[in-house]
Amino acid sequence: MESLDGILDNKPNAGANDLIPILQQIQTEYGYLPKPVLMEMSKRTGIAASQIYGVATFYEQFHLEPRGRHTVRCCRGTACHVRGGPDIAEAISRALGVEPGDTTEDMHFTFETVACLGTCFLAPVIMVNNDYYGHLTAGKVPEILERYT
Amino acid sequence: MSDKQIKSIDDLVAWQEALKKSAGKYRARVLICMTGCRALGAQDVAARFKERLGELNMTDDIAVVETGCIGMCAIAPVMLIEPWDYLYGHVTPDDVDEIIDQTLKNSKPVKRLTVKQDGAPVPVKSNINFYGKQKQLVLANCGRIDPRRIEDAIERGTYVAAVTAITEKTPDEVVEETIASGLRGRGGAGFPTGVKWKFARQSPGDEKYLICNADEGDPGAFMDRALLEGDPHRVLEGMIIAAYAIGATKGFIYVRAEYPIAVEHINIALDQARACRLLGEGIGGSDFNFDIEIRMGAGAFVCGEETALIASIEGSRGMPRPRPPFPAVSGYLGKPTNINNVETFANVPLILKNGAKAYSRIGTAKSKGTKIFALAGKVKNTGLVEVPMGTTLRRIVYDIGGGILDDKPFKAAQLGGPSGGCIPAEYLDYEIDYDSVQQIGAIMGSGGLIVMDEDTCMVDIARYFLEFVQAESCGKCTPCRVGTKKMLDILESICAGQATMDDLATLQRLAEDIKKASLCGLGQTAPNPVLSTVKNFRDEYVEHIEQRKCRAGVCKDLLGYEILEVCVGCGACRRVCPVDAITGEKKEVHAIDQDKCIKCGQCFAVCKFEAITR
Repeated sequence: MESLDGILDNKPNAGANDLIPILQQIQTEYGYLPKPVLMEMSKRTGIAASQIYGVATFYEQFHLEPRGRHTVRCCRGTACHVRGGPDIAEAISRALGVEPGDTTEDMHFTFETVACLGTCFLAPVIMVNNDYYGHLTAGKVPEILERYT
Repeated sequence: MSDKQIKSIDDLVAWQEALKKSAGKYRARVLICMTGCRALGAQDVAARFKERLGELNMTDDIAVVETGCIGMCAIAPVMLIEPWDYLYGHVTPDDVDEIIDQTLKNSKPVKRLTVKQDGAPVPVKSNINFYGKQKQLVLANCGRIDPRRIEDAIERGTYVAAVTAITEKTPDEVVEETIASGLRGRGGAGFPTGVKWKFARQSPGDEKYLICNADEGDPGAFMDRALLEGDPHRVLEGMIIAAYAIGATKGFIYVRAEYPIAVEHINIALDQARACRLLGEGIGGSDFNFDIEIRMGAGAFVCGEETALIASIEGSRGMPRPRPPFPAVSGYLGKPTNINNVETFANVPLILKNGAKAYSRIGTAKSKGTKIFALAGKVKNTGLVEVPMGTTLRRIVYDIGGGILDDKPFKAAQLGGPSGGCIPAEYLDYEIDYDSVQQIGAIMGSGGLIVMDEDTCMVDIARYFLEFVQAESCGKCTPCRVGTKKMLDILESICAGQATMDDLATLQRLAEDIKKASLCGLGQTAPNPVLSTVKNFRDEYVEHIEQRKCRAGVCKDLLGYEILEVCVGCGACRRVCPVDAITGEKKEVHAIDQDKCIKCGQCFAVCKFEAITR
């Protein structure tokens, strides 16, 4: 709980208004939102656990389960869609053996789709962690994923 | 961090003059886009440049500046070299020595890196059609300054309009000037900005809030991203003016978490502005206090809707609220709140600097100023395009955009994201503004403009948008939560070749009802892509239903790839198949294993003998 201490110390009198920024910081520290940390946060701030749970489950970015070491984000924006986005998503699923939203069994990769990465000139595009890979075809996907094993 | 303290407009102008003078010491500037272009190696190019210039002792008179978006994203990494304004694309670290030699030492362009028009190199930026035919007013600083240095923004006049407004005008005067300019909200709905400010101004109380909606949720839109990453101080300046006008002392910038560079640059800008009294207590020596906090979105499209955004900042699930009361009366924490889009704020300094009259000379009768479009899809020159309101689609897509990829015919332009519509070729010469675009079944939207060709299935596009909206629906109201699911079910069955004409009629009826009955803009506009594609591309719907055919080759359930007898056995298809579904000996007719085939269409695309049907 040390990390949680640090986060809450920075925000004395944290109230409901600070809930999302605090959750974002917890996720940055722990990689996801561990339930014990959320319960402790509820105790310390007085924000109801049900409210915390409601917010954590509403927003796409919050994860209640541990994540893989590498995050593969496939863009499903409109520009990517008309340039073959769905085929790229399928290729990633085939290569990793998981559906969007899931993590591989060995906890190596988490695969998610995002509505838009804002880099439409690279369509179709994916991100692995903070690296962008654009102008993709289904054939290029396995080789890119290899770089992270 | 600068130690300047701006205590009057004179301080600011003096600083600007001093900066202009010291900028004169550089005889050339190498501007490298470090935002979007980072994705294709811009950092390596910049590093190599700095390294080589250091080795050649040229760093005293040549500046290397890491800028925001230079605009022509299709040729990333992009570089602009002043004073000649040579524009280079697809630059790699290996090109650096030649650029230093040819351009920096001998003032000549490196022709192979320039844009080609009609086969000839066009080195100077303003001669390139993509740029020459735009009118970059709001984007004027993007690509010319280092967005992480407030000095660069000040040198180009940022904050002068704001400090002048708060020290020499009354808030009411600022509101009236903005109303007179005719500025309408750039987030998509196009409500008159000054009028919106007036409502907040007139609300009683002295605890008021100003929010910048930087969620930019429309897939395919990246205008706000470029502004926040490339010229953040312009946006802050607009917010300061707006806060003064309505009487707010606290502001928020709500930016989507998927934009880490924007978050970084805004944070730097906020710190720098505070450090020289351009934000915080006593801005510019006046008694006006205003500070801004940054908040990151958490991945919910619906939080681009203003009441949902407010709920999110309050720490709740992002669910919209009924209006009235409007945020101007009761918003954040129940207090009067004004929310505007990033591009709207970025327009504000222009109005206060040059006056409402000058601003309103550009645009059409009821839509003033310019609009930034994010041009993407099947167009040659993808990137940022700023044009006066009233510009035609043809000018944007062909004159500026360079036309369709592979010179295929134009099929449609999708405008307005999931709330918008698809505009067919017959409207290419239509003047686009807030009102005219509604008459042809679309909305202006935030500015995402996706170009489509014959390989885009319009039914699939409607299905795609519905799928998106269904995932993003907050679930609060039945018409949207259940209605969009029903519409999606029908569209999926059309794409699977299992629908009837009755289903199409139901789809249209549902669309009309959901428009009228939904609680917020998400549900109210979710049916738009359906209604506009059924209206403008009805044939495709009928073909899917009655003939079980997808002419664009997208809906996989309606496709069956087969190799014909004319196949010469070249093996190109076999090599490109990602699932090894094609077998065949050299010079013999090949065959596709239908069980393995994933209908990706790669074989169809690569066959030079028209031997594959679908």
